Amino acid sequence: MIDTAVQYIYILSAALFVFSLKWMRSPTTARRGCLAGSVGMLLAIVGTLMRPEVVDYKLIAAAFVIGTVAGVPLAYLMPMTAVPQRTALSHAFGALAAALVGTAEYYRETPHGAVMVALVFETLLGFLTFTGSMMAFGKLQEVLPQRPITYRNQNVINLSILGLAVAAGVWLMIQPGETWLFPIFIALSLIFGVLLIVPIGGADMPTVIALLNSYAGLSAAAMGFALGNRLLIIAGSLDGSSGLILSIVMCRAMNRSFTNVLFGAFGQVQAKAAGEHEQRAIHSASAEDAAQILDAARSVIIAPGYGLAVAQAQHKLRELYDVLTRRGVDVKFAIHPVAGRMPGHMNVLLAEADIPYDHLFEMDDINSDFVQADVALVIGANDVTNPAARTDKSSPIYGMPILDVDKARTVMVIKRSMNPGFAGIDNPLYYLDKTLMLFGDAKSFVTDLVKELSEVAKAA
Amino acid sequence: MLTDLEVGLYIFMLATFLGLEIIRRVSPLLHTPLMSLTNAISAIAVVGSILITGAAHASTLTRTLGFIAVTASMTNAVSGYLITDRMLKMFKTRKPARNREAGQ
Repeated sequence: MIDTAVQYIYILSAALFVFSLKWMRSPTTARRGCLAGSVGMLLAIVGTLMRPEVVDYKLIAAAFVIGTVAGVPLAYLMPMTAVPQRTALSHAFGALAAALVGTAEYYRETPHGAVMVALVFETLLGFLTFTGSMMAFGKLQEVLPQRPITYRNQNVINLSILGLAVAAGVWLMIQPGETWLFPIFIALSLIFGVLLIVPIGGADMPTVIALLNSYAGLSAAAMGFALGNRLLIIAGSLDGSSGLILSIVMCRAMNRSFTNVLFGAFGQVQAKAAGEHEQRAIHSASAEDAAQILDAARSVIIAPGYGLAVAQAQHKLRELYDVLTRRGVDVKFAIHPVAGRMPGHMNVLLAEADIPYDHLFEMDDINSDFVQADVALVIGANDVTNPAARTDKSSPIYGMPILDVDKARTVMVIKRSMNPGFAGIDNPLYYLDKTLMLFGDAKSFVTDLVKELSEVAKAA
Repeated sequence: MLTDLEVGLYIFMLATFLGLEIIRRVSPLLHTPLMSLTNAISAIAVVGSILITGAAHASTLTRTLGFIAVTASMTNAVSGYLITDRMLKMFKTRKPARNREAGQ
């Protein structure tokens, strides 16, 4: 009787998860989606607690209390710039939970056959995602160096560790009784997770986070197979497919393949580009000059990058948006898919600064508008605006889709100095005749622009 | 008759296709909240964790592992849904901004 009730609760919960993702389609229904997801989770938990095989509630209650006490501040105190770190940490937690359940299940039952196969998948993916996500967290939090770390025969060593882990896993599938092998299998999975992320640089983090998201989901789905629980299979595969789509979007946005992200260290191809830019002339301008051009413009497209968030300039940018809009200028924002440290990160940062989301445009939707724009204002972005990606076959970013800022009548670039960006590649955009370089810290420069524009407004 | 494994594989296949189709339609505007939402959903590992932790005659080892797993997935569920909602609340159109300006 209770078992039947639990199954129906699980079905309801699975349906709510599907609806929750469906409602994420648009910002108008997304909050409803989030609510549906949380109700689905609540039902899953209540249903599980009702099951007759759960007899001891003390530890579960304690864990619920600790999880809630830790989770609430994690959600409310985390600044929006730190969302990628939080996401990486949360992949780590999710994967750890799956891996530990797999381990516990192994020592409890020493299962055979298909269950053991699922359990090996669950544990392998769980542990490697755990350490991989912790490494990603460390890099994003800048506890670890962001530059890719490479050493000789890296791919050979990494793949042999993975090979050994898989071999141990397969042996355990055939001979589940070999309990001595299980800790070795765990250790190999943990080590591979670390080695997987070591050679990956900060610029590739969006792809890697999405990929780890997918692994965490797959490991939950594998847990569903191991425990014979369909709700886990559904929730896990939804999560897995979401991570897969996001990593494909990220790879396309950088014109790179999965294997290239995972095994081709990006840091090595840069030496050549550095020498050429010494002699070329640039035009620089003051805040006053820039403000006059902006004031005379009818349409302005702003291309923000992660440098904007580093300088904490989002709120000042909102003021600039306000003052320009009040002067009758049409202001739009052009968002490159890899702007920020995770998929969609820039949109969240701008939304937090109260910039209306219907003024945020994806790359494909806005690129044709640059031709008609009077000014393209680039703030804290570099590689995603680099025209070399279109023409220069020798450039490491050749083929990467970019924002066509160079098609605008005037290009303004707010930049600290002429130092090349994250990938260390020189940007020909800066040497165009129509480009004005605005040197300075993004936040203070935008502040100056707002001040100048307000004075122009007062004078008029 | 289908075995448990075969039923599971059917469900896995269909849920993956469904997931791919639904998620493809999510606006890139919301990719960050989407990821934190799916993250919260993957806290579904809590189901397995509860079953391990609350089982009769569990050993100290499995109880300890289960306890850590419940704590980790509960932290994920709570923080995941709350931060997703916090982010989604920030996405506004022009209208409320105008009202605020009018109010100033």
